[in-house]
Amino acid sequence: MLALYLRDIRLHVRAGGGALTGVIFFLAVIATIPFGVGPDLNLLARIGPAILWIGALLASLLGLDRLFQSDRDDGSLDLLIMAGDRHMLALTVFVKCLAHWTASVLPLVAAAPLLGLFMNMPPTGIGASALTLLVGTPAITFIGAAGAAVAVALPRGGLLISVLVLPLTIPVLIFGVSASYGAVAEPDPFLPPFLILCALTLFLAVLGPVAAALALRWGAD
Amino acid sequence: MRLIADSLSGERGGEQVFSGVGFALETGGSLVVTGPNGAGKSTLLRVLAGLLPASFGTVKIEGGGESFPTVAAASHYLGHENAMKTALTVSENLGFWREFLGEPHLESSEALEIVGLADIGHLPFGYLSTGQRRRASIARLLVSYRPVWLLDEPTAGLDQVSELQFAALMKAHLDDGGMIVAATHQPLGLADARELRMGLPV
Repeated sequence: MLALYLRDIRLHVRAGGGALTGVIFFLAVIATIPFGVGPDLNLLARIGPAILWIGALLASLLGLDRLFQSDRDDGSLDLLIMAGDRHMLALTVFVKCLAHWTASVLPLVAAAPLLGLFMNMPPTGIGASALTLLVGTPAITFIGAAGAAVAVALPRGGLLISVLVLPLTIPVLIFGVSASYGAVAEPDPFLPPFLILCALTLFLAVLGPVAAALALRWGAD
Repeated sequence: MRLIADSLSGERGGEQVFSGVGFALETGGSLVVTGPNGAGKSTLLRVLAGLLPASFGTVKIEGGGESFPTVAAASHYLGHENAMKTALTVSENLGFWREFLGEPHLESSEALEIVGLADIGHLPFGYLSTGQRRRASIARLLVSYRPVWLLDEPTAGLDQVSELQFAALMKAHLDDGGMIVAATHQPLGLADARELRMGLPV
């Protein structure tokens, strides 16, 4: 399993640009907002966490279509499925999700504090947003894996995956943003929404890979 | 160890491509599947590998023990695609499959030497020619042990020398107590292989 993780990380790094495309897209979204909303610093600071979350959510959906498709194209997916007796397929999917998250989503989380400055966010707000992104984005990848597995046979499944996955990620977005707000806006609590966000990630870490494994298993042709 | 297929039927896209295929392979036995294009050779191999559900009939392996409980677990599948990543070097690809598939057999470097690619293990897989890719893919069969080899047009793209080499490899595998099911248009050089002729569905 470690071998699979390392291989996928290597592929992401060698194929190049995957992580960078995501970060640049994230940057583009965040940098456009102040032009659209206007230079009202208080307003920007207030909507900052939400914008960061929406930007990260959209950017993390970008590379999802390649999660299984490249393996399917070169026949590796067949062997991964056949190895199901040794490595449970859901676990294989889980490891692939982790590798995908490390290589293409973690850079987004790392870029988030810098982009938070664009939104005139206070330091606590930036810290809270980065923390909630760190905890919440794996959930998006796990849901995305299920979408990617369903659309693996489609030649241009990228947009379809985003459309399939987006509604399912709404709870993650809601609790991520409300936890980030809770850290700065005084009466709102931080811990309850943050813990629900953690629970969502743990829950989806099981459900997503299992659903994706089922889809891959019965979608083979 | 026995590989048994009993009155198998397979379908693709809702259309039946073959039906009533049955055979039993003993240790050291090989089966060559022949037939015109579209007769269902590849479909049969994918059904055997467990990648496609059989619409009727069963495939099972007897005497596989704990390591090889199902046909999928006991088989190497060499399909049309090579299952190698173009961005990784040949050695990295083989090393990955060796570790992931389990039951390690030969070292990657030994396997590459056997298929005659000893000096290009450091090259990215994407730089290789079609025949070299096929040979690297054949080396995958050697780095991890499986008693059953399911081969779909294994010699596609190979030159004559490599074909002979591959025939010797298959013979060594059979002498070692393995089994081979190969779909092919060309003679593979398997001396006492049984033949399964598949016809077009009528």
